[in-house]
Amino acid sequence: MSALTRAPAATLVLAVLALPALLPIAATLLAWSSPETGIWAHQLQYVLPRVALNTLLLVFWVGLGSLLLGVGLGWLVAFHEFPGRRVLSWALLLPLAVPGYVLAVVAAGTLDYAGPVQSWFRSAGGPDLRWLQVRSLGGAAVILTLTLYPYVYMLARVAFDNASRTMLEVAMTLGEDQRGHFRRVMLPMARPALAAGLALVCMETLADFGVVAAFNVDTLTTAIYRTWYGLFSLQAALQLAGLLVLGVLAAAWLERRSRGRETYAVTRPERERMPRRRLKGFSAVAAVVVASVVLALAFLLPVWQLSAWAWQHTADLDSRYLDFALRSLGVAGSGALLVVAAALLHGYALAGAGHAWARGLGRLATLGYALPGAVLAVGVFAPLNTLGGLLQGTLVVMFIAYLARFLAVAAGPVEGGLARIHGGLDEAAATLGAGVAARLRRVHLPLLRSSLLVAAILVFVDLMKELPITLMTRPFGFETLAVRIFEMAAEGEWTRAALPAVMIVLVGLLPVYLLSRRLDHVA
Amino acid sequence: MWLEVKAATRRFEGRAALDGLHFGLAEGEIGCLLGPSGCGKTTTLRCIAGLETLDQGHILCRGELLSGPGVHRPAHQRGIGLVFQDHALFPHLNALGNVEFGLSQLPATERRRRATDLLERVGLADRLDAFPGQLSGGQQQRVALARALAPGPSLLLMDEPFANLDVALRERLVGELGELLRRSGTTALVVTHEQQDAFTLADRIGLIQEGRLAQWGTPYDLYHRPTSRFAAEFVGRASFIPACCDGSGVLQSELGPLREDPHSTHCSGPVDVLLRPDDVVHDDDSPLKARIVERSFRGAEFLYTLELASGRRVLSVVPSHHDHRVGEAIGIRLDTDHVITFPTTG
Repeated sequence: MSALTRAPAATLVLAVLALPALLPIAATLLAWSSPETGIWAHQLQYVLPRVALNTLLLVFWVGLGSLLLGVGLGWLVAFHEFPGRRVLSWALLLPLAVPGYVLAVVAAGTLDYAGPVQSWFRSAGGPDLRWLQVRSLGGAAVILTLTLYPYVYMLARVAFDNASRTMLEVAMTLGEDQRGHFRRVMLPMARPALAAGLALVCMETLADFGVVAAFNVDTLTTAIYRTWYGLFSLQAALQLAGLLVLGVLAAAWLERRSRGRETYAVTRPERERMPRRRLKGFSAVAAVVVASVVLALAFLLPVWQLSAWAWQHTADLDSRYLDFALRSLGVAGSGALLVVAAALLHGYALAGAGHAWARGLGRLATLGYALPGAVLAVGVFAPLNTLGGLLQGTLVVMFIAYLARFLAVAAGPVEGGLARIHGGLDEAAATLGAGVAARLRRVHLPLLRSSLLVAAILVFVDLMKELPITLMTRPFGFETLAVRIFEMAAEGEWTRAALPAVMIVLVGLLPVYLLSRRLDHVA
Repeated sequence: MWLEVKAATRRFEGRAALDGLHFGLAEGEIGCLLGPSGCGKTTTLRCIAGLETLDQGHILCRGELLSGPGVHRPAHQRGIGLVFQDHALFPHLNALGNVEFGLSQLPATERRRRATDLLERVGLADRLDAFPGQLSGGQQQRVALARALAPGPSLLLMDEPFANLDVALRERLVGELGELLRRSGTTALVVTHEQQDAFTLADRIGLIQEGRLAQWGTPYDLYHRPTSRFAAEFVGRASFIPACCDGSGVLQSELGPLREDPHSTHCSGPVDVLLRPDDVVHDDDSPLKARIVERSFRGAEFLYTLELASGRRVLSVVPSHHDHRVGEAIGIRLDTDHVITFPTTG
């Protein structure tokens, strides 16, 4: 591949691709050098302490909940045999298809004081459930846990499935039973994977805008939005975003450090699977019930409720709705093309540049994935806004922010695909008389096709669901499905948000299917 | 007997992996199980360790029944150490942590002291903090050994401990291991497919063929008094020449008269005589001549493949200063007190 890209050019490409991620980081951190005193003093005194505390509490509870749920379900499915295990093993990934704000809409619409559940309870003469405040910090934590635990579950499963029987046998000859083996061998060995999953959950929680906005919980992301759109202070919004950037960078650093030097690949080609313990009687029933309740709460019941509401509001399905849908598809499609093309360029440049600091530059470009959408929105908008109204009414800011946030999503599969094309193939093709263009077309493209497709699907679906960037950087009146859901939720019209939500969930099932297939492949 | 394996049988999907295996080790003895791959060596170890259950037979250690009809003491309650073939070190623990793993019932300082001591004994005093990925194959093997020895097992089992190590390193480790085991008085059973390792290490060797014990004896017995053609051919190099017995213990062969092994029952009629390469000696003065058809230089000696007048071939080890060309005829004679015979095979 080095024949295809020259090193200085490759470094330049990497530098350019890193800009969308570096720009907002620089803009938000630099904003601190010139505080806007009036609004900032108000923020510091009244807003910041509450907002920061809420954000931290949310991260703590969601992290804890996801860890318990993800590791517990992973352990159950990986090491036990019970009725329905095979179905549950992939079905437990389904909640990934439901964006947090959609689940929030369902929860608010059904469980609120005026909602059907509480009303029915009151009419049936049951106890007052006023204490059940869905739209609260606790409610947001539950919703986010139910949508984010699959990250931990997935990584825990891969780690547990890779456990070799030999390790169990070693532990047994050293005097440990199954339980001791899980505690002293399995869990510590899975620690890097669990830490990675937990870090992902924390970053997603820090980045969440939709759930907290729907529940009126003030966190840093909603504070950025309100400061910018409510108080019209871009500078103060940037400063709040700077705080969030520091938090996210700290989480990313912690994740990298906790993984440390050890990645525990068990290299044993004829690796024997760990035997699954067959659950019987009460424990089998308990296993099925626990796993099914999680699945029902996080996926089945919400989807069923959404479908019912959507059915009630089919009258909404006019040409305006078609516009939302087409706009969503258009934005997600063109965005996916842009991001995958950039990821391809990024992959080739990374392979071509070779030297260590170019690789560092390459990693910076994918750092944008850790940045919350609200941060990217203000962070990309503010510097480009200094160009004057030139970009007003265009989608340029939106797409640059998309690129920053989702480059890493596409870079993963693309790099995996490129890794399969080693230098020998290029050289073999060259000795057979194929020029650069012919090699790209006849060797690289066929080998990359499936990786590019996977990358495009993942980005496409992420863009369909994307809310904060689109909401904050769209031209006036530009509505997508996600924005529509947000607006309906803001007006408390929970049931009318169902129609666009169903569409988003349906599209969101695609990558879950891909993921579950890959998980089976590993196992 | 310290370890007793009696009529042990283990079946996998109807096929017998172990078929009535029977042997024992006295306290402090080192036994080796030798045999081609897939013969049941590893299954034997796993049954003794308690990782597999027996279908029939008994396994006893220090007189205690570990496996038998309706009895299966689980592996973690047997107190038997096992060194796995690929070492199977815990990747998340350093060398010290690996060795300390089985010592959890000891207080921390005692644990640390014992693990450090063991790692010193295997020559890894300076690698206590190294993680498995940072250790060479030989070092990993020693950590695995120290880990298995740490809880003071009543019996140490080793599954191909020297596989995947280069030859020079292996020879050194085999020597070191033998010394370490003997000094600590450990009773051990080692599975290997390398006869040289077994010869160096073992007090007793068990040769296993298709789940059955083909022979159990000292290394000397296995080499010089094999009880079957399989044993004769698997252990050491072997060639066979036909001979005729007269029933008095003297055999007539192409290479002259031979005396039968006094331990064996006298045969009569046609038999095949086992000749080891060191039984056939090069002697320029001998009237017996054989033609060299193949030669391989081994440093200190040549291994010649010789063709006799009858067209039969025998092997001969000759000091390497006797450098003869292929095709040359050289004088040979037999240098053996007694020979082992087998019934003729067509």
